[in-house]
Amino acid sequence: MTAEAAVVRAEPELVANPPVIEVVDLITHYGPREILHKISLSVRQGEIMVIMGGSGSGKSTLLNSLLGLIRPTSGQIRILGQDLNAIPDVERTRLRQKTGVAFQGGALFSSLNVLENIMLPLREHTRLDQHTMRIMARLKMQVVNLAGFEALMPSELSGGMIKRAALARAIVMDPRILFCDEPSAGLDPVVSSAIDDLILSLREAMGMSIVVVTHELESAFKIADRICVLDKGNILIVGTVDEVKNSPNQRIQNLLNRRTEEETLDPDEYLRRLTAAND
Amino acid sequence: MASRVSDHLERLGRASADAVAEFGLGAVLFGQSLFWMILGRRRAQPVRLEATFARCMEVGIQAIPIVTMMSITIGMMLAIQGIYTLRVFGAEDQVVIGVGFSVVREFGPLITGILVAGRTGSSLAARIGTMRINQELDALQVMGINPVRFIVAPALIAMAIMVPVLTFWSDIVMLAGAGWYISVDLGMSWGAYIDRLREIVKVEDVTHGLWKSVLFSALITLVGVINGALVQGGAEGVGKMTTRSVVLAISAIIVTDMIFAFITTRS
Repeated sequence: MTAEAAVVRAEPELVANPPVIEVVDLITHYGPREILHKISLSVRQGEIMVIMGGSGSGKSTLLNSLLGLIRPTSGQIRILGQDLNAIPDVERTRLRQKTGVAFQGGALFSSLNVLENIMLPLREHTRLDQHTMRIMARLKMQVVNLAGFEALMPSELSGGMIKRAALARAIVMDPRILFCDEPSAGLDPVVSSAIDDLILSLREAMGMSIVVVTHELESAFKIADRICVLDKGNILIVGTVDEVKNSPNQRIQNLLNRRTEEETLDPDEYLRRLTAAND
Repeated sequence: MASRVSDHLERLGRASADAVAEFGLGAVLFGQSLFWMILGRRRAQPVRLEATFARCMEVGIQAIPIVTMMSITIGMMLAIQGIYTLRVFGAEDQVVIGVGFSVVREFGPLITGILVAGRTGSSLAARIGTMRINQELDALQVMGINPVRFIVAPALIAMAIMVPVLTFWSDIVMLAGAGWYISVDLGMSWGAYIDRLREIVKVEDVTHGLWKSVLFSALITLVGVINGALVQGGAEGVGKMTTRSVVLAISAIIVTDMIFAFITTRS
């Protein structure tokens, strides 16, 4: 219900509100291999966009391109109206303060405790005094249900706690866009569902636009306003949960029903692979 | 046969290209570190004093025990070998000349450099390699925190301060170790030993060694950082690059030492 509502709400706004993320004809290479084949996608203000796909579908590459960690071969990525790869460094640094990222493994700094980790963006980008920063970081820890664990080191945290701490650090600057990389990967179903609720509540409370990359169907259906399904570097569909579920596309149905695709291999190719020299 | 030769050639070519690329990376990192040291504050991204201070403690203060121990030992070893060699000419009491020059010009900086390369160079490589694998470097970047400013610049500054300090300490301890052995073996008094040292060893000899140690500090840091940044493939990768960083840093120190000595003794 929320999914449809958000989409319906988003339509008329689209005229007034430009999308927060706009990807136009994006092509990226990894070495000589082309990973993303001319992808176009836009994320609207206040929506939760889930980028879904199996391993090797290019979803991590797409995320890394959106984060500016990979330079695309061609195409454009506009974040909050600015061309990520064309603006000067100073501008990009400023832009990055308006986005937050929760990495798959947390990427917490192992030499800092939880509170210091969450405070780091504040310390580097604001002129607040120590006391205020501490309060702001504690507030965010409260939001992610991590209050009381300030003094722990990252190595002492459980998987779920690491994800929460990473989320808290990602939202400590009150970003307009939040990126989450596999928020529920490696967690048990209960904790994973709690993280999904947390992401939903972040959108409600702070009005962020959220991009989630995941391969977990259940989680995707629960939180997504719209889903973008990637397969082998192409976008198969961008649509609401129902649109994706009811899509007649065989590839999408395979992905939803966890069917592996049979590889069609002609006998010659098969033989060639078997007998290929090890090098 | 032909393909095997061309394979070898290709591998050689690729290795050479990689080596050149690494040199380039080192120069870029050094340049960027200088950039952030000078302009960081204006860009509201200063090189942090706390981080630099923490590195100073790690690089310098915590290395004092091992540097002291090795320096005393090597000082004594130099005295023993010096006396043994000079006995051939019956000129044992000239041992102070050999010890004095070789300690402040060569052994102090070299031994300190090698110890620091083993301790700090390896830990830098391991730390940065692990950060890369855990996406901590990516995290810094997307937070708008420049990793060079945040990690490399403090390390470079701390090393440039602490390695010469350690070297100076090593000079003193090494000379003391040598003096102790000489006083016992030759019956030379401490006063006579120190007077003799002050006659022979000039300030320029000491600064020669200290400048060299500054050079070593930059080499060790950059080699450590580059190897850390090039880590690929998990824990095994970290181990491999850590080893590589120590071997490369020590080799770089020894070669640079020779070139530096050659150039500065020409005039």
